[in-house]
Amino acid sequence: MIFDYETLKLIWWLLLGVLLVGFGVTGGFDLGVGAMLRIIGRTDDDRKVMINCIGPTWDGNQVWLILGAGAVFAAWPLVYANAFSVLYPAMLAALFALFFRPTGFEYRAKIADARWRAFWDWGLVVGGAVPAVVFGVAFGLVLEGIPFHYDENMRIIMDGNVLDALTPFALFSGVVSLVMLGMHGSAFLNMKARGSVQMQARRWLGMLSITLIVLFALGGVWVANGVEGYVLQPGGNLNHALTPLNQHVSRAAGAWMHNFDNMHWMWLAPALGFAGALLAGLLRSAPRLALLASGLSVSGVILTAGFAAFPFMLPSSSVPSQSLSIWNASASEHSLALMLIAACIFIPLILLYTTWVYRVLRGPVRSEDVNKQEYGTY
Amino acid sequence: MHDILVDLSRLQFAFTALIHFIFVPLTIGLSFLLVIMEAVYVITGKEIYREMTQFWGKLFGINFAMGVATGLTMEFQFGTNWAYYSHYVGDIFGVPLAIEGMMAFFLESTFVGLFFVGWKRLSKYQHLLVTFLVAIGSNMSALWILIANGWMQNPVGAVFNPETMRMELNSFADLIFNPVAQAKFVHTVSAGYTVGSVFVLAISAWYLLRGKHIEFAKRSFAVAAGFGLAAIMSAIILGDESGYTVGDVQKAKLAAIEAEWETAPAPASFTLFGLPDQEKMKTDYAIRIPWLLGLIATRSVDEQVKGLKDIIADNELRIQRGIKAWSALQQLRANKHDTAASQQLKKYQKDLGYGLLMHGYADDIAKATPEQIHQAALHSVPRVAPLFFTFRLMVVCGFLILALFLTTAWSVYRNNFMHKRWLLYSALLSLPLPWMAAELGWFVAEYGRQPWTISGILPTSLSTSSLSAASVQASLGGFVIFYAALTAVEMYLMVKYARKGPAALHEH
Ligand code: HDD
Ligand code: HEM
Ligand code: HEM
Repeated sequence: MIFDYETLKLIWWLLLGVLLVGFGVTGGFDLGVGAMLRIIGRTDDDRKVMINCIGPTWDGNQVWLILGAGAVFAAWPLVYANAFSVLYPAMLAALFALFFRPTGFEYRAKIADARWRAFWDWGLVVGGAVPAVVFGVAFGLVLEGIPFHYDENMRIIMDGNVLDALTPFALFSGVVSLVMLGMHGSAFLNMKARGSVQMQARRWLGMLSITLIVLFALGGVWVANGVEGYVLQPGGNLNHALTPLNQHVSRAAGAWMHNFDNMHWMWLAPALGFAGALLAGLLRSAPRLALLASGLSVSGVILTAGFAAFPFMLPSSSVPSQSLSIWNASASEHSLALMLIAACIFIPLILLYTTWVYRVLRGPVRSEDVNKQEYGTY
Repeated sequence: MHDILVDLSRLQFAFTALIHFIFVPLTIGLSFLLVIMEAVYVITGKEIYREMTQFWGKLFGINFAMGVATGLTMEFQFGTNWAYYSHYVGDIFGVPLAIEGMMAFFLESTFVGLFFVGWKRLSKYQHLLVTFLVAIGSNMSALWILIANGWMQNPVGAVFNPETMRMELNSFADLIFNPVAQAKFVHTVSAGYTVGSVFVLAISAWYLLRGKHIEFAKRSFAVAAGFGLAAIMSAIILGDESGYTVGDVQKAKLAAIEAEWETAPAPASFTLFGLPDQEKMKTDYAIRIPWLLGLIATRSVDEQVKGLKDIIADNELRIQRGIKAWSALQQLRANKHDTAASQQLKKYQKDLGYGLLMHGYADDIAKATPEQIHQAALHSVPRVAPLFFTFRLMVVCGFLILALFLTTAWSVYRNNFMHKRWLLYSALLSLPLPWMAAELGWFVAEYGRQPWTISGILPTSLSTSSLSAASVQASLGGFVIFYAALTAVEMYLMVKYARKGPAALHEH
């Protein structure tokens, strides 16, 4: 392999960022549309339009999430094992909520009964909103740390209750995530739908983009002053297999700002978060540009959290020295190299055929279209 | 040894996996049947084949949704409930899973939407290509997950790293060309094709019995009969191949399936039926066929098939060596420059997993008593009776399905199946058989691997997360309620749309 182990770890950290941004930007608007289903969609007709906007493509978009989990499993097995088991109740809440999506999209239209449809409507709202909040909370916890440590055989021991981990900042992150995906979903509907759905979506896009700007700024202030960050003390050969058992980590308020102070280009991420949201709101009547801007905003917000935490992936709040970082939680050099090759082959292919599918499906969705009773209408 | 957390985690995994596998084989099988029907449409231009593709496609969609919903659980579950497993083998196991995502899930999930809404937007050829890509995607997904699962049965191409305290990949080629994975893949996808064929066959038979949608049902019946005959023959022949690879690498599983307590002189006889007794280690009322087992398991007349008693005795020795490896590992982790410990670990490393088997039998593995070691050895092989019966039931299902397809294919060839009501009834009543066979097959494969999650490397009792039993109890309850409700809805819609028949095409 042309890269050494240290570089491979770094590349995989970047690739994970790509997958998360991929999910945020594509799966993100699906979750947003789901969460807003009963708010933007006032009538059954409206809701049909909304569902048909994303019906044929949401499943492919969700694979970014599945692949995100798969990639964490393969490239960062310690993080996968740790985050999923320590946050057990939160993960299961997201999972159970996600059950309503494939079933809701596929089954809702199959019976023309008001109660049946209302049930699946609410199912889709839960299936959009709950995962959006849980993923936000998870990001908040990446910054706050969760209570765990390892025993001498690398078994994860949880310290205290997960519910203790639901700090105000974590919950706040959940809200930011919900607002952000709501904005992105509205931006998508604004582009794809016509008629009353488009009008409502445009209104909500304006309101949510402003809300996001305010909340994101508030979050920034909170992280800079209120949240205790983690600092990894130098030591250990990054080019070597490391474990969380032998390193030193200290904590300090505002430590999450260090990376931005040291590497000024990182400010690009929060700048994108703000500028994207602002433009999305302003360019409402140029729907394609607004959607692009909103996608950039989502990417900016996700990257901001990642950059701040670097090189940490999952800090331990009870035993900070055992925090997981990109250096000590990765798979072996051989596995990382192999998967990099696979990713270089498949990710471009995926992007290629996904683009083709979106091209085939381009064009607006109107309420006349969804009432034609054609094969495959959702 | 009895650990409630381990039992609950196993129960939850088995429940969710078996429910997932209700939907999976239908997706695998039906997607290829759709390709066949649509190809006939494209070649002949006959509208009825387009209608067939669309109608069966509708049922495919109802099923697919549940496959996705329950599949998500599987993806989460290794982390949520099997954290130590994920840590210990994630370096290897995660690789095929991630490749499955990139190569298979994206393909099927991206194109499945276009299958439904693309009829007017695409040319005939483009649409056929889309259907084909969905089918390829679902088969690729089976390939990679079975490479992962095959590695659990026969963990090749990996080494233990004492520093990171886990298994690490050292040969990708060994991982993907694992003979167990290959055998599993072909047997399992054939099982999927069988499920798909019986599904189409049974519903078509039902239309014919009620005298509805005759033209449509006749053609579907014929396609299913032809494809199904090929599928079941390959499932059975390749099932035998599975048996052979099991005999090769998982001697305890094979011996348990065959209730082979003693190592018999070659070639061993095959126990057709009997009542295995685990305590006394013998089988009552056994009916034996001379030579057959030796032939199936070793493909020779002079190799022995090892009996359980001998396997247990071997394992006792391996546990003793494994304990030495474990002690050395502990010393090495305390002081990584301890060369004596390092050498001792190298010497006994391949039995380290057997040392871990002592977990739960002795508080300190290094100080296990001979009595404790003996107990652990007795439990180092799977229980015989459940495997003995489930395996035979699967084989019975297999031969019943074979009989069904032989007769239906013959009468399709003679073109007189429309009037043979007994045949149509048998086709209808056979509907559950392939699912039963598939679920039993998974039981045999997975239960037969006990007490290991990774054969010879990681015991099940060590693989779980450090959760409280109460939280797994709660989640298991949640899964049962959700899955039962969603499966009921799915079945209801299936029946509703199957009843409507092709007329359903003109509605949602
Ligand atoms: C990790 C990879 C893995 C894969 C790909 C599968 N399994 Fe498995 N299976 C396990 C890993 C596993 C396990 C984690 O190792 C379990 C849980 C506890 C255990 O002992 O083995 C298990 C148990 C288990 C059991 C119960 C046996 C027992 O508890 O004694 C059944 C019936 C199945 N599985 C069935 C399946 C099905 C239907 C699968 C395909 C969809 C499947 N397995 C794929
Ligand atoms: C235990 C390990 C397994 C995991 C982690 C797993 C994971 C998943 C996931 C995440 C999905 C949803 C993908 C989507 O959105 O399209 C899925 C669906 C699917 N899985 Fe599994 N799966 C497992 C076992 C299996 C096995 C053993 C097979 C085949 C032999 C299989 C075949 C499929 C197929 C064909 C689908 C497509 C959807 C459908 O079933 O209708 N899976 N699986
Ligand atoms: C009639 C002859 C059959 C024989 C001799 C046979 C043999 C086997 C064997 C030995 C295994 C265990 C493999 C292992 O432990 O790794 C197995 C597993 C399995 N069987 Fe069969 N089988 C037969 C029929 C069927 C049929 C008809 C189906 C379904 C339609 C089926 C579905 C499965 C499945 C899904 C598995 C689990 C996956 C695997 O391990 O390959 N089998 N079979």
